Amino acid sequence: MLEVQNLSMRFGGLLAVDQVSLDVQEHEIVAIIGPNGAGKTTVFNCMSGFYKPTGGKILFEGKEIQGKPDYKISRLGLVRTFQHVRLFSRMTVVENLLVAQHRHLNTNLLSGILKTPNYREKEQKSLDRAAYWLDRVGLMDMANRDAGNLAYGQQRRLEIARCMVTEPKLLMLDEPAAGLNPAETKDLNQLIISLKEDYNVSVVLIEHDMSLVMDISDRINVINQGRPLASGTPDEIRRNDDVIKAYLGEA
Amino acid sequence: MAAHNLKHALFCAIVTLIISYPILGFNLASEGIDVTLEGAKTSTVLGVLLAALIVFLFQLYRDNIMGSLRQLPAVNPLANRKPMEQSKRLKLESTLLTLMIIGALIWPFIASRGAVDLATLVLIYIMLALGLNVVVGLAGLLDLGYVAFYAVGAYSFALLSQYFGISFWFALPIGALLAALFGLVLGFPVLRLRGDYLAIVTLGFGEIIRILLNNMTSLTGGPNGIGGIPDPTLFGMEFGRRVKEEGNTSFHETFGIAYSGEHKVIFLYLIALVLAVITAIAIRRLMRMPVGRAWEALREDEIAAKSLGLSRTAVKLSAFTIGAFFAGFAGTVFASKQGFISPESFVFLESAIILAIVVLGGMGSQMGVILAAIAVTILPELAREFSEYRMAIFGAAMVLMMVWRPQGLMPMRRIHIELKRQE
Ligand SMILES: Nc1ncnc2c1ncn2[C@@H]1O[C@H](COP(=O)(O)OP(=O)(O)OP(=O)(O)O)[C@@H](O)[C@H]1O
Ligand SMILES: [Mg+2]
Repeated sequence: MLEVQNLSMRFGGLLAVDQVSLDVQEHEIVAIIGPNGAGKTTVFNCMSGFYKPTGGKILFEGKEIQGKPDYKISRLGLVRTFQHVRLFSRMTVVENLLVAQHRHLNTNLLSGILKTPNYREKEQKSLDRAAYWLDRVGLMDMANRDAGNLAYGQQRRLEIARCMVTEPKLLMLDEPAAGLNPAETKDLNQLIISLKEDYNVSVVLIEHDMSLVMDISDRINVINQGRPLASGTPDEIRRNDDVIKAYLGEA
Repeated sequence: MAAHNLKHALFCAIVTLIISYPILGFNLASEGIDVTLEGAKTSTVLGVLLAALIVFLFQLYRDNIMGSLRQLPAVNPLANRKPMEQSKRLKLESTLLTLMIIGALIWPFIASRGAVDLATLVLIYIMLALGLNVVVGLAGLLDLGYVAFYAVGAYSFALLSQYFGISFWFALPIGALLAALFGLVLGFPVLRLRGDYLAIVTLGFGEIIRILLNNMTSLTGGPNGIGGIPDPTLFGMEFGRRVKEEGNTSFHETFGIAYSGEHKVIFLYLIALVLAVITAIAIRRLMRMPVGRAWEALREDEIAAKSLGLSRTAVKLSAFTIGAFFAGFAGTVFASKQGFISPESFVFLESAIILAIVVLGGMGSQMGVILAAIAVTILPELAREFSEYRMAIFGAAMVLMMVWRPQGLMPMRRIHIELKRQE
């Protein structure tokens, strides 16, 4: 469903991403790994429309999306989280989930001000969807706290829930396990698998936690210094000499 | 008390002397046809010296003074109390609001004509501040040219009535919509800017509108303004002594009561009251609708908001336009109340006062903004003897507020939403 072809991104003299290609099929979890500064987040930023790539193509469901404005890409069903969590911190947890559903509640101003039955019905649906996902990620009791006051792990889960209420087709997770303790990482592991199995969402994920990556990924792409190094199933990657060299060389 | 404090304090005192002595100490006096320079009187010299001494002492003990000032919020007994439970708070708030509205309804029948007139002005400021609260408090866009939309509303009505004889009731929606249109058109280029830049450009736009009104003499009458703006009518009944327009009747004749100038004032007050209540309710609803949440989301984190499919331009423009709409509302009422408008009424100071109301009240909080509007409009009237020092007192109050309660009189409280557990 997603195809990235020879993607390049240059910042002045720095070629942060150089001819990277990858593809994601429906019902698949694909990981992008690589040492710090390899250009993984930059690939995400190009895919989600934050950067306009300097070269290459990005196809989503057969249509070219490179260079499209970020909010339009998100509306196509390509939604992401951030390496450094970005919540609306002075809004409550539920409100964070309601903001994300603005398109489900796309009624005109007047019907909202007058609270027409049609509006109420849609509003109730978004509340129910928010409640469902809060329950799913275990934040039901926090519903009316300010999002900024949550613990770090909870913030991470809220960010994923906030993506899920938009009913995305493809979810991009940038280091979702960063800063989580082992127990939380295990829950995350299960959550991501369930997103694929139960909600039919494809996932692209950037992650440094190798056991998580090897556990849940269907395929892995390795990037090193902006260039693609290897790609394949977890087993293939584990045995790939170049990858071993790159990681050992780094360590 | 460090040595550099002493040096700094001395320096400040000397600067005070250098600045204030020539300004206050020398006077131009005319003797016949000559103008001569007079030296300072002893009392002035003493005053200047005293001021320099105060500056010196303040700067010397600055750390201590600022330190104890910083304790002030803690002294405030209400600062650290537990927030009230939502159900209780809402009940209290709605009782308070009901009482306020009942009081506001009785007011014109017990108060003097001047007091009712002043109350109308308060209501106009409430509308303005509630509208600006959307732009600044919720959407986080610092708009220093808000008064421009107020002017558009007022001038729309004045011009429409002058050239086309359109009455208040038709002009009211037209004025508001025109102001909204202006908001949309002006907002489009400026909303790409952020923070300080946005503030400066909106400030410029506000001034441009005022200067245009001043200079398009053939259309707007320039600095002479436009007079003879008609009063609102009640179902075709006029409030003047004599009926001005063909086909209208007059209020006092219809009801067989004696003519009184007060009827008109009260009627206008009631219109303003109804409009202010409508404004408050409409904005309250908007805040809890997807648009309202989108405003806040964009203020909180623009990148995250965009990643969820919110269009920055659309969301910001909607806030700007809706804010302008209510300013247009207020402008129409203002024009009708005054009967005469000129660019004088729409200077930058007005924008500053409306902004001060929003900040004093607590950004985003409706109750706070309403209270602040009342305070800021009425207090100067009560303290008329000090009217010369009005701006100084105003400034001091703002500084104290920022130290004592930086979040405003009644900071915005988030509403809690009850959720049903889903299966
Ligand atoms: N906006 C930008 N302007 C200039 N250089 C940038 C920009 N964004 C990223 N870079 C550079 O591009 C390179 C790749 O950065 P990127 O954030 O994509 O790495 P990463 O693989 O996500 O690393 P990490 O694992 O630390 O998150 C880095 O050298 C970074 O300094
Ligand atoms: Mg990164």
